[in-house]
Amino acid sequence: MEFKVFDIGLMNYKDALWFQKEVFKAVHLGLEGPSLILCNHNPVITLGRTAKRENILFPELELEKKGIEVYETERGGGVTYHGPGQLIAYPIFNLARLKKDIHWFLRELEHIVIDLLATFGIQAKKNPDLTGVWLEKGKISSIGIAIKHWITFHGLSINLKKDDLDNFQLIRPCGMDIRMTSLESELNKEVDIEEVKKELIVKFKEIFNFTSVRYTDIRR
Amino acid sequence: MTNVVLPPLGENIEKATVSFWFFKAGDKVNEKDDLVEMTTDKATFNIPSPCTGILQEVLMTEGQVAHVGETLGIIEEEPK
Repeated sequence: MEFKVFDIGLMNYKDALWFQKEVFKAVHLGLEGPSLILCNHNPVITLGRTAKRENILFPELELEKKGIEVYETERGGGVTYHGPGQLIAYPIFNLARLKKDIHWFLRELEHIVIDLLATFGIQAKKNPDLTGVWLEKGKISSIGIAIKHWITFHGLSINLKKDDLDNFQLIRPCGMDIRMTSLESELNKEVDIEEVKKELIVKFKEIFNFTSVRYTDIRR
Repeated sequence: MTNVVLPPLGENIEKATVSFWFFKAGDKVNEKDDLVEMTTDKATFNIPSPCTGILQEVLMTEGQVAHVGETLGIIEEEPK
């Protein structure tokens, strides 16, 4: 099975969500096969379905002044932050064609991030009680998905840039007092988002046994 | 009467929490409409309406935990 990658680059959360939904419609209608959207966002705080507003630690007006938007979304999970220093992957996959198993899909996403980090020499692990990918120094990848008609949307974020971590102090990620880390903090050197993107595509192909990749660059 | 049942969501998933209903009791629903959203782990999952008719009764409300196979609500099917 071929899978398609849409690289939309840096895009506001709201616009990227619109794009996700367009791709979702195409996958639902059978016009597209498994599709992966890759992007990064301007600073934004998103609330998943189990999020509590009190886990945003600053008044929204203050956040607005800092240029940070706040959105409620239909994904699972609590509060999280996204910024330009992350790589975001939104897999729009029809699980009816892969495996109708929500937890299997979540564990495979973790598996992908762990394998990806291994290519950079970093040993990460799963936490059986907490979805996401973890290192000794903290959490490096957050996962939250939504499923309709067995088609997935939303997905995962990986912290790449060191500078972006400060904004996690504005929230209690997933309603917990956890530390976040990034690939740059771990490697102690600058990380090229394009390099990580390429590896991530390879890992998606491997883990989900896709036969080929069609990469579409639609960055503005 | 058609029962809206929590379908199997995967191995080792025995239950899920009702996030919210898209309709309230008494509303007309169409087959395949998003009817109720469930949450499990870090995922939300929409259950579509199994038929067209009137949502007669909501048995499991927001925040309640349902087991796989359990009835979440009942739809009075529209005669074809």
